[in-house]
Amino acid sequence: MKILKLIFKNAFRHKLRSFLTILGIAIAVIAFGVLRTVVTAWYVGVEATAANRLVTRQAVSFIFPLPYTYRDKIQQVPGVSQVTFASWFQGVYIDKNQFFARFSCDAETMFDVYPEFLLSKKELETFKREQNSCVVGEDIAKQYKLKIGDVMPIEGDIYPGKWEFVIRGIYRPRDKTTDATQMLFHWNYVNERMKKETPERAGDVGWYIVKIKDPSKSGIISKQIDDLFKNSNAETKTESERAFAQSFLASTSAIITAMNILSFVIIGIILLVLGNTMIMSARERTREYAVMKTIGFSGSHLIGLIMGESLVISIIGGALGLTLTFPLIKGLEQVIPKGFFPVFEIEPITIVLAAIAALSIGVLSSLSPIQRALKMKIVEGFRFVG
Amino acid sequence: MPAIIEVKNISKSYTRDSFAIPVLNDITLDIEEGEFFCLMGPSGSGKTTLLNLIAGIDKPTSGNIFIKDTDITLLNESSLAKWRASNIGFVFQFYNLIPVLTAYENIELPLMLTHLSKAEKKQHVEAALNVVGLTDRMFHYPKQLSGGQEQRVAIARAIVTDPLILVADEPTGDLDKNSAAEILILLDRLNKEFKKTILMVTHDPHAAEKASKIRHLDKGDLI
Repeated sequence: MKILKLIFKNAFRHKLRSFLTILGIAIAVIAFGVLRTVVTAWYVGVEATAANRLVTRQAVSFIFPLPYTYRDKIQQVPGVSQVTFASWFQGVYIDKNQFFARFSCDAETMFDVYPEFLLSKKELETFKREQNSCVVGEDIAKQYKLKIGDVMPIEGDIYPGKWEFVIRGIYRPRDKTTDATQMLFHWNYVNERMKKETPERAGDVGWYIVKIKDPSKSGIISKQIDDLFKNSNAETKTESERAFAQSFLASTSAIITAMNILSFVIIGIILLVLGNTMIMSARERTREYAVMKTIGFSGSHLIGLIMGESLVISIIGGALGLTLTFPLIKGLEQVIPKGFFPVFEIEPITIVLAAIAALSIGVLSSLSPIQRALKMKIVEGFRFVG
Repeated sequence: MPAIIEVKNISKSYTRDSFAIPVLNDITLDIEEGEFFCLMGPSGSGKTTLLNLIAGIDKPTSGNIFIKDTDITLLNESSLAKWRASNIGFVFQFYNLIPVLTAYENIELPLMLTHLSKAEKKQHVEAALNVVGLTDRMFHYPKQLSGGQEQRVAIARAIVTDPLILVADEPTGDLDKNSAAEILILLDRLNKEFKKTILMVTHDPHAAEKASKIRHLDKGDLI
């Protein structure tokens, strides 16, 4: 008989109790994995930002537009290599539950500034040529079974009316952090219609994306851009794309922080659960530990037995939890609207953290019963009545 | 025969709520090799305490205990554990078998601390099972055995490492008359046939009849 066999036999001495504890650990690991995945997904936008891109927006608020005429002035700032722009279009596709980002953009420059959106040369040329065309991300095309030539009808809200866009390109993401759930179409197309229907809103763009030559000079260039429009009707705020993305998250930071804390609180709770199980088990076995000490088992043997038992439970629970987390995340990915979390998958760091958490729970929860077993005198162990 | 156990001026007292309660008073005792020695006395006389001290599972307040010239009172916990593993076999009143292990595995337990090969361990366990007559029950769990059979498994566990001394604390105390008789016959056989030195504590005069020497303890004094 090997010591490992004894550890396993002890771990499953009370099958129901062990099963419930394992289940508890598995659920905790699943909850930890899901929460961490949500937090990670939230930050994907920030991770996907490029260091050589600045975003210029209205200084008061992002929701206020900037004049189209700013474009040429920004282009003149030393260190700026290219300027493009976009406007949040929103609108309703099929129904209000079908959420994904819909932008009007400068078709000529958009894909130069965003090289991570991979579009074939032919598709790009067609897109640039046809004013009522659009390009959609691969994920959106898959989700709605769209193909080149299909028409996407959009019911406008910010830009009222019925809009129709012909798909002329489906872009692929360069890497997994690239959002493949966007729909992009011509700002000119929207602007021309605005000129006719609401001329006071024509000539407005949502924000500028400024590609710079040297990322280390982003601070100076940002200041130079903002100085251009100081004391104007539409002062600007220019910042790195990363800072811009983070400012979006700022409004939800409390939720993210709560999720982060919660994910670790869950681990703490399950630590107490397993700790309690181990204390009960060790207490019930006080006489057995006395017998083992009498036979000649040393302190290190008892440490191995108790910690081993705790680790067996926590490792099985952790492995079960991790195994179930993958299909659960996949399932959630199907349920959550595609545009809400463009990338929703379990990160390797989450797996590592969950595994470390499970192992730590196993080790920590055994400390108290180990201390008790080591301190116990043999004669006292024989007198113990559980 | 030379003395295998030499107890010299042993005293033991426990402290309860700052009061020192004497349990053994200046005990001196020699037990010869191959002897079946019985300690008798009423409850609270200190006989189990003396047995525990000789077996190295408790420490005296003063005095020395020599087992084959080794003063075990000078050994630290870890050395004492190793010493017990190779020198002492224990038989308890309530058998104290591990319930999740079969009879075979319970007997094998002390061998986990040795460097014997799997085949050698098997040989030892089967020999011990043969001595106690439980070869046909080796794969039974303690709850599937009678009290007498459990105690025989406990004896097999005690002898499997071929220890110098066998200590038995009220080995028949929890058994019916017939089972108790069987256990005493087994201990007697271990003493006579296998030349084991046995130190047994009991308050049962029938059990003591098997011993080659009997001493009485009363209120911590050896009579």
